[in-house]
Amino acid sequence: MMVRTLALMGALICLALPLRAAVAIQEVTSPGGIKAWLVENHDIPFTALNIRFKGGTSLDASGKRGAVNLMTALIEEGAGDLDSQAFAAARDGMAAEFGFSSDSDGVSVSARFLTETSAQATGLLHLALTQPRFDAQAIERVRGQVLQNIASSAKDPDTIAGDLLSQAAFGDHPYGSSGDGTADSVQALTRDDLLAAYHGALARDRIYVAAAGDISAADLGLMLDKLLGDLPATGAPQPADLALTAKGDVTQQSFPGPQSTISFYQGGIQFEDPDYFAATILNEILGGNGFSSRLMNEVREKRGLTYGIDTSLAAYEHAELLAGSVATSNEKAAETMQVIRDVWADVAKNGVTQKEVDDTKTYLTGAYPLRFDGNKRIASILVGMQMLGLPVTYPAERNAKVEAVTLQDVNRVAAALLTPDKLTFVVVGDAVGVASGN
Amino acid sequence: MSELSWINRWSLAALALGLSVGQALADKVSTFALDNGMQVVVIEDHRAPVVVHMVWYKIGAADESPGHSGIAHFLEHLMFQGTKAVPPEQFSKIVAAQGGSDNAFTSTDYTAYFQRVASDRLDLVMTLESDRMRNLNLTQSDVDTERNVILDERAQRTDSDPGSLLSEQMAAAQYMNHPYGIPVIGWRHEIEGLSRQDALDFYHANYAPNNAILIVAGDVTPQDVLALAKKHYGPIPPSDKIHDRIRPSEPPQLAERRLVLADERVAQPYVVRNYLAAERNSGDQKDAAALTMLAQLLGGNRATSVLPRALEFDQKIATYTEASYDGVSLDQTTFTLAAVPADGVTLDQVEKAMDAVLDQFLKTGVDAEEFTRIKAQVKADQIYGSDNTQGLAHRYGMALASGLTVQDVQAWPDLLQAVTAEDVMAAAKTVLDRRQAVTGWLQMEGAAQ
Repeated sequence: MMVRTLALMGALICLALPLRAAVAIQEVTSPGGIKAWLVENHDIPFTALNIRFKGGTSLDASGKRGAVNLMTALIEEGAGDLDSQAFAAARDGMAAEFGFSSDSDGVSVSARFLTETSAQATGLLHLALTQPRFDAQAIERVRGQVLQNIASSAKDPDTIAGDLLSQAAFGDHPYGSSGDGTADSVQALTRDDLLAAYHGALARDRIYVAAAGDISAADLGLMLDKLLGDLPATGAPQPADLALTAKGDVTQQSFPGPQSTISFYQGGIQFEDPDYFAATILNEILGGNGFSSRLMNEVREKRGLTYGIDTSLAAYEHAELLAGSVATSNEKAAETMQVIRDVWADVAKNGVTQKEVDDTKTYLTGAYPLRFDGNKRIASILVGMQMLGLPVTYPAERNAKVEAVTLQDVNRVAAALLTPDKLTFVVVGDAVGVASGN
Repeated sequence: MSELSWINRWSLAALALGLSVGQALADKVSTFALDNGMQVVVIEDHRAPVVVHMVWYKIGAADESPGHSGIAHFLEHLMFQGTKAVPPEQFSKIVAAQGGSDNAFTSTDYTAYFQRVASDRLDLVMTLESDRMRNLNLTQSDVDTERNVILDERAQRTDSDPGSLLSEQMAAAQYMNHPYGIPVIGWRHEIEGLSRQDALDFYHANYAPNNAILIVAGDVTPQDVLALAKKHYGPIPPSDKIHDRIRPSEPPQLAERRLVLADERVAQPYVVRNYLAAERNSGDQKDAAALTMLAQLLGGNRATSVLPRALEFDQKIATYTEASYDGVSLDQTTFTLAAVPADGVTLDQVEKAMDAVLDQFLKTGVDAEEFTRIKAQVKADQIYGSDNTQGLAHRYGMALASGLTVQDVQAWPDLLQAVTAEDVMAAAKTVLDRRQAVTGWLQMEGAAQ
């Protein structure tokens, strides 16, 4: 019975899954000119809102590393007449949820509010975005939390590996160091530094907005004008693009314990590149999702060297890389790294198979529509699409772009993109015999 | 076939609870049972063409026989090693080939497997999951390879992380007799000794429809799920080896227990305390509801609840505080408090300050305004929670595998709303008893405290 079912699945693969009206995206322009994307759904009486200000921690001024991160963490620590605790009480009294975070390319604001209290909730969010207090007490309390995070990160092998990788790849560019800053730089930040970071990061010239849920296009437009209309028109200049450094060497940092964390990277590919989808398929085959990648097969399934290994194409605003990570016992680290190099070289030289390409296309095209379940996820995805400059029609067209990729495309990209001699490793742990032979 | 007829509970529940139409639409739950004893729960959400398919076995790490710690989790890994029909390691690939994702997890009280796929592929994942309920095929070499993977998992998640090691030691100290004191992943020396036969014995004894709960959530109808469940799971015979889950119980706990774990890898010292606490029981969830609200009052809000307000805002002696409690557990669980000292503050100082705050709370009682805000949030959580179908499925699965019923899950939000300030204080007086608590200090190697 099973065998027959498995044979039938071949037929299923050809069925392209249509995208339902559930992701019908409306382009909304508020009376005041703020653009947003909306997926309207009135099944559940709440709305998810997602706002992203392009720039993020990369906007930190020279010598002020960590300013945007600390500033973002303080937005919800009091605004207008409300101190930190009064603000939290007001928000919780209407059961609204606000989230503020920053990364190397943006400051993100997410909100969920009930339909019955939407006016009050967006009023409070407006207060936070336009009149944050940056009270001295709040600054010191949150600064203390950030300093502890920095101290913890210094003892977390995954974070250490990530920071070392960024440093090796991006050098002096803001991407080359943690957006949290260092203990020294955060210690030195003043209230004026935070105000400068705030004025630089939150402005209308860099804003992307999406909403999903129980709200009409007209109501969303009115809400956005109230929420964002009086933010300043312009902010700090965006950083420049940069060329990635990948020397193909190994950097090791000692770390106590039986395990080593290994990160590795090389140059990536821009989203705008016509070969981006071929590269996406290549990455999936190399070390992507679904337990079925070359690396997972060779490192985990055949040799039991690790619990998991993965790779991803990371496309930042100003740089891109192909990176991966794995953790393994110290005595198996050298073998694990050799297997990774061998897989890299083999795929670059011999390419992949038609079956791998077909399977990956089926996976990618099947997985795509599954992303759009839930208002919160939809709002977040829609903001990401706008930052990439995609049209509202993209969800309907995206699978066709994946389907159009051929085996020849993937192998051509594998030969051009994969550079085994430039595959650069960072090892955090006490593995022996892994450092560059020099 | 009357036992196969499904009961649509949501419409009745919606009327009884006075829920809004939106909530009811997003939380349409039906439940029924197959002839072989398999319980089925269907949660409808037609907003996107997606379905989550889960099978929860009512068997977990706390059901392992002595000396075999980790076998439940080991078997969870081995369930991906294939059957006669599905070659080793192909299960996830078949699901991924359809664009889906799948995984599994093991807890003290259950082992669960799930897939998330387009709703028109439900038949496929049911075919696969029902196949491996009875037809698992294990080779010695697959077992040996997977054992190494698990030892690596333990090295990565536990042995490399002083915080995890402290949790493990604290659980071992907390439960003097009950198996909750044994880590889910297992003790390293016992994992090393787990054999293929151990795994097969555990599998044959416990993996059967009458020990399983099927949860299907998403763009499906109960009628369709019933038909598919009958087709795939219906023919599997029940096991006669399923017993009531009665585990060794705790003797009266009379003495406080304290641990210090010092490790050079510790970046941030903290103090954590676990008090033995009542769990949610079917038809008897009031104590757990009061404990849930107590945890919210003590630590649920990072700015306004009792511990952060006193220790972080007023005294500035801590940079982080926590109060947490999850009542979903087959047997007695724990109520947790934790505090991270500010720079220059010792663990002893922050612990004493925390205890002083608790003493004060027991005297002054519940802040009425905070209590009102928490109730508003608890109510809103139902609405926000409806947005995440997989989260809903998980909530039902965990509860049903931990001895609760669909009715218990649906009664829970109202029970939380009904908790009074007096209930909270009574629960606080009972639970905050250091004779039933384990206090752990995580500190840097060589640090003076």
